[in-house]
Amino acid sequence: MTAATTELRAQQDRGRKAAQNREKWAQARTYISALVILIWCLAPAYWMVVVAFREVGFTYDTSFFPTHVTLDNFITAFDTSFGNRFGQALLNSVFIGVVVTAVSLLIGVFAAYALARLNFKFKFLVLGFILGASMFPGVALITPLFQLFTNIGWMGTYQALIIPNISFVLPLTVYTMTSFFREMPWELEESARVDGCTQGQAFRKVIMPLAAPAIFTTAILAFISSWNEFLIASQLSSDATQPVTVAIANFAGAQPQQIPYTAIMAAGTIVTIPLVIVVLVFQRKIVAGLTAGAVK
Amino acid sequence: MATELGPTPVKAPASGGTPVHHAPKGVGEDNKILSQGRWASWLLAPTIIALAVVIVYPIISAIVMSFQKDAGLDPATGLFTAGGSAGLQNYVNWIAQQCAAPAGGTVACPPGTLGGQFWSATATTFIFTVITVTLETVMGFWMAMIMARTFKGRSLVRAAVLVPWAIPTAVTAQLWLFIFDFQGIANKIFNASILWTGSEWPARWAVIIADTWKTTPFMALLILAGLQIIPAEVYEAAKVDGASAWQRFRMITLPLVKPALMVAILFRTLDALRMFDLPYILTGGANNTTTLSILVINQVRQGFNAAAALSTITFFIIFLVAFIFVRFLGANVVEQSGASAKGKK
Repeated sequence: MTAATTELRAQQDRGRKAAQNREKWAQARTYISALVILIWCLAPAYWMVVVAFREVGFTYDTSFFPTHVTLDNFITAFDTSFGNRFGQALLNSVFIGVVVTAVSLLIGVFAAYALARLNFKFKFLVLGFILGASMFPGVALITPLFQLFTNIGWMGTYQALIIPNISFVLPLTVYTMTSFFREMPWELEESARVDGCTQGQAFRKVIMPLAAPAIFTTAILAFISSWNEFLIASQLSSDATQPVTVAIANFAGAQPQQIPYTAIMAAGTIVTIPLVIVVLVFQRKIVAGLTAGAVK
Repeated sequence: MATELGPTPVKAPASGGTPVHHAPKGVGEDNKILSQGRWASWLLAPTIIALAVVIVYPIISAIVMSFQKDAGLDPATGLFTAGGSAGLQNYVNWIAQQCAAPAGGTVACPPGTLGGQFWSATATTFIFTVITVTLETVMGFWMAMIMARTFKGRSLVRAAVLVPWAIPTAVTAQLWLFIFDFQGIANKIFNASILWTGSEWPARWAVIIADTWKTTPFMALLILAGLQIIPAEVYEAAKVDGASAWQRFRMITLPLVKPALMVAILFRTLDALRMFDLPYILTGGANNTTTLSILVINQVRQGFNAAAALSTITFFIIFLVAFIFVRFLGANVVEQSGASAKGKK
């Protein structure tokens, strides 16, 4: 009898231990996997920053940690003596990005409101059209635009870069904002009316504060996609209007056959760091915006 | 609005006498929908007009252009010709890889000319698409499964995956060009001496790896969002019933995440089919890494109309793939995103 009890207890103990071990092992595997993801995602970006701070003479130094640290590459990146116009390109990118984002939001916010809040015929058709537009290949635009802008003398102007960009950014804006608006507690608007607010007050005091984060997140996503655009800009921009993506792709060094990697990595770091900071600060919102519409 | 509660089917005698299973709308509701429709058209008008100007107009003019001859020296007569209608000649030239012959008519394009690259560019585009989307789906799924677990530092991992996504593709391309340099870190780590951009498959793999690095996070986040809407109780119940981890994955996770997964795969596929930045900067399209998009861009300066024909073909291919996805593979994008506020719960 007692022997059987001890036996049973021992068995239970063994079972618990095995379960604990399994649990521990599963935890360990999770951490190892998480570490692998971290390294895979961050190592190349880390390498860019390390090389950006490395002396030109040690471009091909492959030690993992920062060596021969210098700030020279950042000066070289802005140097215009080899025909690079990185500083100008930064300004161009900011300008184009701000205009494209502002226009897209201004137009898109109405469409998003209609799609999220109103019932009307052809709603799915309109949604389908906007989604189709966001999946549209840029090359299909480039040929007619190239000819059109050549004919009317717009080649290399800012508007020649802004207008095609709107074709990518506007559908994205409408799409993202529609999903955000759908999630908003619109009943509050009616409650505010019941509580004695005028329609204007209800909109200003209840809806605006609720919609602001959604609009702000959409603005970030819109700006990033305009900032990253390369195809159209590589064909339609001039030296004076080129955005950073084109400037970095065409970055020239002192010797034509030698790619000035350290300066390019410095330029890349300058272009990327503000973006990464914004993205990390607004991480939750950005992820919500990115995945909006794909689920739910 | 009252329909939200789930209307009891009202059998209203229709003209034909057959019962219809939806609540009849009152006159007031009809008016409401009508006035909402009017509102909606005003609100949508700016977007629709803007998209018509920046997308529909260029598409139509590209299609018109694709049926025109390119202006240039007529190889037969040596005289300048102003173009004129070409019929389907531009399309035929691309698909049959024919070029204008000096003696008039057309001959097979000599190797190295743009005209002779249509099928290789198509093949390259599809090779890139299939390999990158497969890798990104598998890796993205794995990453999403890890990120869905609870562990210390989870938010750090979720933040880290946004880094590759946030880096502009042009910068990504230059970064990987440096990593894959002959004296670069990739060769050092693998103790290899591969001329990455020097021959076909190494160059292709360089593009594929860079693309996978850049876009797997996007895939992972979309799949993660899909995973998070699966209620934990479903797994608990399956566990109680003795389902193994593999069974739970195959019978619960996969079917429930499928709608989100299909949309993610569709988005990525359409994106990969128009791939341009990475191979253009990383390899310059050398060693059979020229995608259809690159071929169009290379053609633009040699003849608008031929380029327009090629871009129309590219557009058609992408459209066809999207159609197959939506029609046969059940990637219901519009419904996924368009489930109206009314349809919720």
